[in-house]
Amino acid sequence: MNKILLIIQREYLTRVRKKSFWIASILVPFLIAGVYAIPIYLAINSNDTKIIEIVDESGLFKDKIKSEEDITYRFINKPFEEAKKGLLNSDADILVNIPKDILSNSDGVKMVGKKSIGFGTQHDIEGAIQAELRNIKLKNANIDLKVLEDNKVKVSSDTFTLQEDGKEQSSSSTGAMILAGIFGFVLYMSAFLYGSQVMNGVIEEKSNRIIEVMISSVRPFQLMMGKIIGVGLVGITQFLLWGILTFTASTATTALMSGKIEEKAQTMQKTGANKEEVEKFKSEFKSKNPLAGISQTVENISLAKLIICFFLFYIGGYLIYSSLFAAVGSAVENSTEAQQFLLPVTIPILVSFFLGQAIIQEPDSNLAFWASMFPLTSPIDMMVRLPFGVPNWQIALSFFLLVLGFMGTTWLAGKIYRVGILMYGKKPSWKEITKWVFYKG
Amino acid sequence: MSNILEAQHVVKRYAEHTALNGVSIEVPKGSIFGLLGPNGAGKTSLIRIINQITAPDEGQIILNGERLQPKHIEDIGYLPEERGLYKKMKVGEQLLYLAQLKGMKKAEALEKLKRWFIKFDIKDWWDKNVEDLSKGMQQKTQFIATIVHEPKLIILDEPFSGFDPINANLLKDEILELKERGTTIIFSTHRMESVEELCDNIALINKSKVVLHGGKKEVKNRFKDNSYTIQFTGDLPNENGIFEVLNRQQLEDGLLQAHIRNTQEVPVNQLISNLIQHVELKSFNENIPSFNEIFIKVVGGEANDLL
Repeated sequence: MNKILLIIQREYLTRVRKKSFWIASILVPFLIAGVYAIPIYLAINSNDTKIIEIVDESGLFKDKIKSEEDITYRFINKPFEEAKKGLLNSDADILVNIPKDILSNSDGVKMVGKKSIGFGTQHDIEGAIQAELRNIKLKNANIDLKVLEDNKVKVSSDTFTLQEDGKEQSSSSTGAMILAGIFGFVLYMSAFLYGSQVMNGVIEEKSNRIIEVMISSVRPFQLMMGKIIGVGLVGITQFLLWGILTFTASTATTALMSGKIEEKAQTMQKTGANKEEVEKFKSEFKSKNPLAGISQTVENISLAKLIICFFLFYIGGYLIYSSLFAAVGSAVENSTEAQQFLLPVTIPILVSFFLGQAIIQEPDSNLAFWASMFPLTSPIDMMVRLPFGVPNWQIALSFFLLVLGFMGTTWLAGKIYRVGILMYGKKPSWKEITKWVFYKG
Repeated sequence: MSNILEAQHVVKRYAEHTALNGVSIEVPKGSIFGLLGPNGAGKTSLIRIINQITAPDEGQIILNGERLQPKHIEDIGYLPEERGLYKKMKVGEQLLYLAQLKGMKKAEALEKLKRWFIKFDIKDWWDKNVEDLSKGMQQKTQFIATIVHEPKLIILDEPFSGFDPINANLLKDEILELKERGTTIIFSTHRMESVEELCDNIALINKSKVVLHGGKKEVKNRFKDNSYTIQFTGDLPNENGIFEVLNRQQLEDGLLQAHIRNTQEVPVNQLISNLIQHVELKSFNENIPSFNEIFIKVVGGEANDLL
């Protein structure tokens, strides 16, 4: 028993001491925080308001097109050609010409920019003209704008889950979906990431030829399990680091961003925007913040349950897959040779990932149930289902089957490993590997 | 002298062939035991069974009077033919790890390792990565890993392969020193000169069976062909009912040399008194076969049978 601890210690320390481990542990959370912060940051900091000069030959639009947050419209009373000459010396960025016959020729709008006109800006200006043109046309057709406004209805709903005690509990399906997606992806990635680390570790020992020295001191099964557990602990360490750092980084960015949003809201107020507009601006950013929905889901399911299940299913799934990866590693002499044997290991991982995407849509379907029970798919698919709420008996059954599953795969892998690590030379066939399982001692 | 190791009727079968077919050997305590045999004869299979890497299908191994058990791992030091080290690990750290896996306490292992590092004058290797060592340096490291836990039995599989002459000599000296201290050493090899030099006992395995087993002298005696090399002056008849001349040649200083066979297997004294009736003897030596000759005779003879 003491020996397996020594092996775990070595496998763990040699990996955790590597620079690459720390680079990945630190970089990933900052990337996540960045991905989440950059769009908000850009939205807040788009301070460069564009000034658009409009030469309205039709005379229909004057003062009807209102300036927006980042676009100021200015109507000028000059012929287009003259205005064009003056553009270079004015503070305006773009000059727009609305032709006289705009009602019949809506394609006749012309834009001239100092610099090339961005797609977004072009789209905004076109939209503004289009909306106004539509109003004018409706008016001409004697349709009351007020009636039309009244007919613009928006339906929005709040979703609830009926509890056993008859109470309604608000369920944030967006939050659950995001959380499910994160679970699915993280477990999918880790199966490959740490599974292949185990495999490469086994191949390394075999190609280094240290394997025979090792197994004259410890049993092959101890060596295999020591490696699997050591690498698994590396994975857990990395998750904890990621979790803590991502939480810290995103809390920091949220704080930073909400400060910025407040600031911006205040300047909006100063520049004369009304209260409603400011509130709308603020809530827009709130809806952009995925953490809000997730924290709602976490409240519903209970954070402790999510974390415990995550680690249980991570460990179970990891043991299943990494023992298979170890068996593949033992049968080959380098990672290129391994490709052929990896297929039966990677296919279930891929399948569970794709099933997971279907499960997010229908977390209570039959497919979802069975996928979250079958040990080769349950580690990923049960975690995908979990944020939507899964009865405890299903979690327990799934975990029980998972334990049976990894006992089966580690047993099988141990049999293959024990023989495989001493085989050099010819690449074995599937038939031979099957025979190894039945070798005695 | 009692035996430290006995293999009793060991059988090991693989899917397509039988690697060991009723192999029995006895290794006396404190001796150097040569496990000889051509490639694929089953030497490594037997060594792996002794090291509990695999288990025999039939038969048993007795170590120090007990059936082989997991605890015996600590009593054995093994240097496999296919040997390697973790390349990215530091030398000292790696040896410490391997010693602990052999059941040593960390402090004890550290102390013993330091002694070896001083003995081999390699103190500054401790913090080097294994991949930065030369091959010879790695071999020294591997040897230390094999013996640091002071096993009662050391098994060296082709220990001299890949060693340069200097390291091979160093290894030889270490083997003899270990024997002095009462350690038993089994080594398997093709190099018959090292068998000649080091071994007290041998077993020759061929085609999964022990074909020759015993003390060095005893085995050699079995292969003696009653021939002698003599140097003399005078006239030697080709045969005379007691001996026959196998070949003869003229030496530089007027001496003659001949190989003769004692055809009637008479006592040596009688042979000599017969000889001196004909010639004046200058030297008289019994021809003792080398292990190389014995090996070729036993293994090659069987090979010829197959042709």
